[in-house]
Amino acid sequence: MTMLKIEGLTAEVDGKPILQGIDLEIPLGELHAIMGPNGSGKSTLSYVLAGREGYEVTGGSATFAGQDLLAMEPEQRAAAGLFLAFQYPVELPGVGNANFLRTALNALRRSRGESDLDAMQFLKLARERMRALHMPEDMLKRGVNVGFSGGEKKRNEVLQMALLGPRMAILDETDSGLDIDALRIVADGVNALRGPEFSALVITHYQRLLDYIVPDRVHVLIGGRIVKSGGPELAQELEASGYASVQAAA
Amino acid sequence: MPAVTETIDTVQSVTEGAYKWGFQTDIEMDFAPKGLNEDIVRFISKKKNEPEWLLEWRLKAFALWKKMEEPRWAAVSYPPIDYQDAYYYAAPKEGPKSLDEVDPELLRTYEKLGIPLKEQAWLAGVSPQQEGGEGRSMPIAVDAVFDSVSVATTFKERLAKDGIIFCPISEAVQDHPDLVRQYLGSVVPQGDNFYAALNSAVFTDGSFVYIPKGVRCPMELSTYFRINAKSTGQFERTLIIADAGSHVSYLEGCTAPMRDENQLHAAVVELVALDDATIKYSTVQNWYPGDAEGRGGIYNFVTKRAQCRGARSKVSWTQVETGSAITWKYPSCILLGDDSVGEFYSVAITNNRQQADTGTKMIHLGKRTTSTIVSKGISAGRGQNTYRGLVRIAPAASAARNFTQCDSLLIGDQCGAHTVPYIENRCISAKVEHEATTSRIAEDQLFYCRSRGLTQEDAVGLIVNGFCREVLKELPMEFAVEAQKLLQISLEGSVG
Amino acid sequence: MNAMVQSGAEGFLHRFEGLRARLPGARLPWLAALREGAAEAFRVQGFPTRRQEAWKYTDLRPVAEAGFDEPLTMLDEGLALPPGHGTARAVFVDGRFRAELSTLEGIGFAVSGLAAALPGLEGRLGALAHPQGQPLAALNTMLFEDGLVVTVPAGIAGGMLDLVSVATETERPAAFHPRHLIRLEAGASLTIIETATGPEGARYLHNPVFEIEVAEGATLVHARLQQEAPRAFQLATVYASVAAGGTYDNFTLNAGGRLVRNEIHTTLTGPKAACHMNGAQLLGAGQHADTTTFLDHAAPDCASRQTYKTVLAGKSRGVFQGKILVRQVAQRTDGYQMNQALLLSPEAEIDSKPQLEIYADDVKCSHGATVGELDAEQLFYLRTRGIPEARARSMLVEAFLTEAVEGVNDAGARSALQAAVTGWWEKQAEAAA
Repeated sequence: MTMLKIEGLTAEVDGKPILQGIDLEIPLGELHAIMGPNGSGKSTLSYVLAGREGYEVTGGSATFAGQDLLAMEPEQRAAAGLFLAFQYPVELPGVGNANFLRTALNALRRSRGESDLDAMQFLKLARERMRALHMPEDMLKRGVNVGFSGGEKKRNEVLQMALLGPRMAILDETDSGLDIDALRIVADGVNALRGPEFSALVITHYQRLLDYIVPDRVHVLIGGRIVKSGGPELAQELEASGYASVQAAA
Repeated sequence: MPAVTETIDTVQSVTEGAYKWGFQTDIEMDFAPKGLNEDIVRFISKKKNEPEWLLEWRLKAFALWKKMEEPRWAAVSYPPIDYQDAYYYAAPKEGPKSLDEVDPELLRTYEKLGIPLKEQAWLAGVSPQQEGGEGRSMPIAVDAVFDSVSVATTFKERLAKDGIIFCPISEAVQDHPDLVRQYLGSVVPQGDNFYAALNSAVFTDGSFVYIPKGVRCPMELSTYFRINAKSTGQFERTLIIADAGSHVSYLEGCTAPMRDENQLHAAVVELVALDDATIKYSTVQNWYPGDAEGRGGIYNFVTKRAQCRGARSKVSWTQVETGSAITWKYPSCILLGDDSVGEFYSVAITNNRQQADTGTKMIHLGKRTTSTIVSKGISAGRGQNTYRGLVRIAPAASAARNFTQCDSLLIGDQCGAHTVPYIENRCISAKVEHEATTSRIAEDQLFYCRSRGLTQEDAVGLIVNGFCREVLKELPMEFAVEAQKLLQISLEGSVG
Repeated sequence: MNAMVQSGAEGFLHRFEGLRARLPGARLPWLAALREGAAEAFRVQGFPTRRQEAWKYTDLRPVAEAGFDEPLTMLDEGLALPPGHGTARAVFVDGRFRAELSTLEGIGFAVSGLAAALPGLEGRLGALAHPQGQPLAALNTMLFEDGLVVTVPAGIAGGMLDLVSVATETERPAAFHPRHLIRLEAGASLTIIETATGPEGARYLHNPVFEIEVAEGATLVHARLQQEAPRAFQLATVYASVAAGGTYDNFTLNAGGRLVRNEIHTTLTGPKAACHMNGAQLLGAGQHADTTTFLDHAAPDCASRQTYKTVLAGKSRGVFQGKILVRQVAQRTDGYQMNQALLLSPEAEIDSKPQLEIYADDVKCSHGATVGELDAEQLFYLRTRGIPEARARSMLVEAFLTEAVEGVNDAGARSALQAAVTGWWEKQAEAAA
C-alpha cells in the first residue's frame, strides 16, 4: 500500500516557483530520505505537505493513504496521521507544554473516535515517553519551546511525535544544530517508531543523520525536482562527491 | 559616590562654556524695520522680487498665523515671545553675484566655522583623514545661509550637468517657478501649525533641491545656517524633491553667536520622495544653547516633514541635536506609497538649562509601509529631554510595521528624561513594537574602562558614544566626525 | 417635578442641588464643605473632553449626553448575585450597601457601609481623592451615597473579601457613585475580589472611587472583575498610597460595559514600597475600554511592575495610557511597564500611550508596547499538531493573557481571573459560531 504519493507537484512562494514538478511515492512501512543543497526546495516541500499558508500549490497532486492531502486543513492532515517535525520549532509563550501536548493528543484521539485522556493518564504517558528521550520533566511545565535550547526544541518535536503516534512523519532538517548525543537521542526516537505501519520522510542536508536512521530509499532534490533516487548508498556517494556531481550528471 | 560625582563634573566641564562658534561677524547689513505686520511680509516678498502668487501665499499664511495660538503641549517652558520685538529680514548689504564675489569677511566667517565655500574637498580642520577616517573624502556642495539670505552655493554647475537643481529657494522661485509652485506647502501647508504659518509668511531663504528621475546625486548636498545679526529671527524654508528612482543625501548644520537674548529659528523643511526615490536628510544642530544659567540661546521651533508619495520610496531622518536653548521639532514621514519606508534616528543632548522636546510622527497610509525610530536622549545638568512620537496606522495600511526604540541616559540628579510615545493602530495586520529604557552610566562600566587605563573623561565619552552609536552610524562620515566632536567626547576606539 | 431628566454635567449638578440636604452626612459640616467644593470643581470642569490630554482617546459624550436618574431598587427577588470567592462578602445593590445580603460575621477586622460610618471618617474620606482636576472624583464626591469602609488592624491577615456590585435598574438609566475606603494598617494583609455586574439591557453609570491606604509592610491584593451590563458605563478611579515596605497589587479585568474607564493613581510614599498593576481588557463589538494608570514613585528603592493586555474583537476600541513618574528623591527606582494588544478584527482600534517622566538618575525604568494580530506561524504549528483552528486560536489568546494574570500574587484571585477570562472567550466563540 502507498502511504504518500506525490505527482507532478509544483508550488510557489510569493509568486516565485520553488517546486518544479515533484514525483515521489513512499510505500507503507518505508523510510525515505530527501537530500539536497540549500535552496533546493526541501523545506518548501515539507510545508506544502503540512498545509502552510503562503505556500501556493500551482499544479500536481499529493495523496495520503489514498486521500487528497492538498484539500485538507493542517489539523485534518494531522488527524489523518501526518506529522511534521519543524526545522525551526515555533515558540509559544504562555502556552504550557503539558497543556499543549494534551490538547493535541486529545484532538487526535477524538478524530479517531477515542476518548480524551485525563490529566493523570496523560502525565503518566508523557513521563514515560520523556524518559525514553532523556528529557527533564520540568519541560512539561515550561511554555512550548520557550527558552529551550536548539537540542531541547528538536527533542520536543520527537516527543510530540512519540505521543501523537502518526502514521507518517516528515522530519525537516531535524539534525540541524544538534550535537552528537542529541542526534542519537533523536534518531532513537525515530527508530523506535519504525515498523510496518509507520512511514517517514527524512529531509536533511547532510548524510550524518542517515548513519543513525538508515533509509530504505534516498532521493536527491535539486532546483525543485528530484534528480536522482537510489538506495542508502546514495547518501554516502553524495557525502563523498557533493551535490555538484549529481547536478552535473542530471 | 565619587565616581558618579566625577562623571557629572566631567560632563559639565566638557560641555560648559565651550561653545566655539559664538563669535560675531561685523558686516554691513540691510534690515527690514523691526516688528511683524503685512507690510513686512510685502517688504520681504518685494526684496526677493517674488511673483504675485507667492506674495498672496505669504499673506494667506500671515492671516492664518494671526488667528493661531502658540502650541503649549510640549514639555518646555519659556517666557512669552514678543513677536514684534525682532527683525524678520537681515541680509549683508552686498549680495554676491558669483562665488568669487563673496565678501571676504563672510568667507573668513565660514572658514572659521569649518565650512568649505570653495569648490574643493572638505577643508575644515576636521577632515576625516585626520580623524582616522578611510579614503579620500567626497566633495560636498554647500549652500550657505547667512541670517535671511543665501550668500553662496557651491558646485551648482557640476550638479546641473546631471540635471540636479541645488540653489537658494529665492533663486528657485525666479528660475524654476513651476516646480516651486507645485511643491511649496504641499507637505507642510501654511496653516499646519503656529510656527509653520509664521515661517510661511516671512521665510527669507533656504535651499531648494530637485533630483531628476533616475539620478543618483554624485555628492552630498548641504546647507549651513548661520544666525549672525542681533535681535533677528531666522525663518528658512527648504524644499527637496526626489523624482522617481533618484537618490540624494542632504546635510544641514547650524550655529549662532553667543548672546544674552533668545533668538527664534522657525524653519520649515518639506521633502517629497516619488516612486523608488530615496532621501537621506542629516542634521547636526549646534545653535547657541545659552549659558550655564540659561541666559540666551536659540529657540529652535522647526517643522520638518517628508511625504513618501511614491511606491517603495524612502526617507531617512538623522539628527544630532546638541545646541539651542529650546528644541521643538518632530521630523516626520507620511508613508503614502505602498512599501514606502520612513526612518528617524536621533541623538538629543540637553545640558545646563537646555530643553528639548523632539521626536517624530510616522503616519502609515500605504500597504506594507515600514518605519523605524531610534531615539537617544542624554540629559545632564538641569537639562530636560523629552521624546515625543506618534505612530499611526490607518486601516488600509495592511501589513505595516513599526519598530521604536527610545533610550534615555541621565547624568546627574538635577535633570529630567521623559518619553511620550503615542501609538494608534486601526489595522489588524499591522505590527508595532515600542521599547523605551532609562538608565545612567553604570559605575561598573566606568570602573571597567578605567581599570583598562582610560581616563574618566575618555570613559564617559566612550560610554556616551556607545549609547549613541546606532544613530551616529547613520550619519555621513564627515558629519559623524563633527557630531562626535560635538558630543564632546573622545573618539578613540569608538568611531563607528 | 419635570419628567425629563436633565443630561450632562448640568443634570448631575441639578441632582446635587435637589439632594444635598438629604445626602448621607448632610449635617456633617466637613462633609458638606467637601461636597460643595466638589460640586464647584465639577461645575467648573464639567465632563472631560478629548481636548484634554488625559482623555485624548476616550470620548465621554455618550455619558455626558445621557440623562441619569436616581436608582430605584425594586424587589430583591430574583436578584442574581455572582458566585463568591471567599467566605466574607459585602454586597452593593445599585451602589448601596446591603448588610442583609452580605456575609461579614467572624472576620477579624472592621467592615461596614460608608453611609453609616460617615461621622468617623473626617480626614480619611477625601484624603487621597481630590476633586480639583479630577472631574470623575469630583462627581463621585458630590453625589456618593454609600460605599465600603474596611480597616484591617496592624498585623492581621484579613484573608479574602468579596466586594459585589449589582445593578438592578432596567427601566430607566440610573447613576450611582459609591466611595470605597480601604485601609490596611502596618503589616496587615487582605485580598479583595470585586465583581461588578448588571442585567442585560440596563443602561446605568457606575462611578466608583476607591481611596486605598496601605501602611508599612502591609499587602493588599485588589482584583477587579468588571463585567457590567453590555450597555452600561463604568468610570472607576482608584487612588492608592503605599507606605514603606508595603505592596499594592491591582488587577483589573475589563470585560463588560459599553464605555469603560479604569483609572488608577498609585503613589509609593515610603522606601521599598511595591506596586503591581496588571490588567486585561477583553473587548467585543461596540465596546470601548480605557485603562489609564499613573504611578508616582515618590520614595527611593521602590519597585513597580505593570502588564496590561488588550484583546479586541468586533468593532471595539481599546485604550491604554500609563505614566510612570520618578521624582528626584526616588533614587534606585525599578520601574517596568508593558502593554500589548492583540487584534482579532479588522474593525478594531487600539491606542496606546505609555509615558516615562524621570527626574532621578539612578533608576532602571523601561516600558514596552506591542500591537499585532495572532501569529500565523504559531497558529500553523498548533494546527499541524492536530489542534482545530478555533481551539488553536483560543489557546493563543489565553496564552497572550497569561502573563498579566500570572502577575497576580494571590492564588484565589488568580483563579477567579482565569475563570473570568475563560468565560469571556467562550462567549466570544459562541457569538462567532
